[in-house]
Amino acid sequence: MAEMTVDLVAVERKIWSGQASFVLARTTEGEVGIMPGHEPTLAQLDSAAVVRVDGTDGSKTTLAVHGGFLHVTAEGVTVLAEFAELADEIDVSRARDALRRAEGEGAEGTAAAERANVRLRAAGAAE
Amino acid sequence: MAAQIRVLRRRIRSTQSIKKITRAMELIATSRIVKARARVEAAKPYAEQMTQMLSELATNSALDHPLLVERENAKRAAVLVVTSDRGQAGGYNANVLREAESLQALLREQGKEPVLYVIGRKGVGYYRFRRREVAASWTGFSEQPSYADAAEVARTLVAAFMAGAGERDTDEAAREAEAPVEKVESVDELHLVYTQFKNMVTQTPASRRMAPMEVEYAEESGDADDARPAAANDAKPLYEFEPDPETLFDALLPKYIGARLFAALLESAASESANRQRAMKAATDNANELIRSLTLQSNQARQAQITQEISEIVGGADALVSAGSEDR
Repeated sequence: MAEMTVDLVAVERKIWSGQASFVLARTTEGEVGIMPGHEPTLAQLDSAAVVRVDGTDGSKTTLAVHGGFLHVTAEGVTVLAEFAELADEIDVSRARDALRRAEGEGAEGTAAAERANVRLRAAGAAE
Repeated sequence: MAAQIRVLRRRIRSTQSIKKITRAMELIATSRIVKARARVEAAKPYAEQMTQMLSELATNSALDHPLLVERENAKRAAVLVVTSDRGQAGGYNANVLREAESLQALLREQGKEPVLYVIGRKGVGYYRFRRREVAASWTGFSEQPSYADAAEVARTLVAAFMAGAGERDTDEAAREAEAPVEKVESVDELHLVYTQFKNMVTQTPASRRMAPMEVEYAEESGDADDARPAAANDAKPLYEFEPDPETLFDALLPKYIGARLFAALLESAASESANRQRAMKAATDNANELIRSLTLQSNQARQAQITQEISEIVGGADALVSAGSEDR
């Protein structure tokens, strides 16, 4: 199977790095799926996006990304995230609380609600 | 004489307790350096990828984004000075502030008016004492900076920078920075003064221009800006942009400033800890030296007192003996 190098880099640390066969992400324009041999692309990720990486070893890594960029080159894919959380690290009950709080705040809480939502979606997708 | 011994003993005791404090601070600083260096290393991949991405973007699309283009007759230049919140760090703050002063002198020579932005309580105090105007300041995170702190500073700086970019770009800046533009003072250049962490013994203050960005310059300056310019120039792959390059650049550059700022903050934090560790080690050594010489003095004083008492007793006995012989 064709494969590509994928790096998931957040500001404070390198989250994941390895060989993968497929990357799913959501940019500001819509969802994109990237397979090896994709044309070079630079894209801005949605302010709250779920990114999924299918490793060649059959592993699936899901994470919630808050603001970042997707960089596809001939060599591989780089996801640059301002803040990112691995789905396994997400505390679902806390995210639910945050969502409820944010919804109570109305318009001001929209961004927070979105963040909480993407966390839940990432956690749900991982299960 | 007895009073002198008491004073000496008191000084020894107080020096000992000061030594305990400096020793504790030394140990804390030592453990912080290790953590700070690990964070500098951990933050490197992001800065590298960001620089690589930007230089590719810049080489592959002929853009004249305000953050890339040098402005003709630039009038005002922002100078961001990174200092510490606490003292007890040897020459750390003095060195940074000296570097900042020389940069400001240089800018004035070039006919640009420096606008000060300060991070750290020590820097704020320095400029307040000299009654110099500071456009904005941030305190409370010099030892353990988080990305959120860097992003906040970057937002302010980018807003000020974009406000100076002319009418068309002002709207973009407003959208990006989500801040009211009319209040923001406009600047034409962004400079950064921070302390580079070279190794445990060498930390040098350095000034860098963050914007307008010099892509070539960023590529040359090694380390954190370690891009792969050669590959980008040779191949020139056709890029697909989502959304369009201009919008992408508008979103990317504040992040780039944030990332560079964050890297600078982390290095400064590591340097601060290294400086503090050294200063506190020197203080502990001095305290040891002082205790040694004070102990010597107090022993001498005690010995002198004993000698004096003996000679007094002997003198007294002699006097009694001679008084008795006269009676006879």
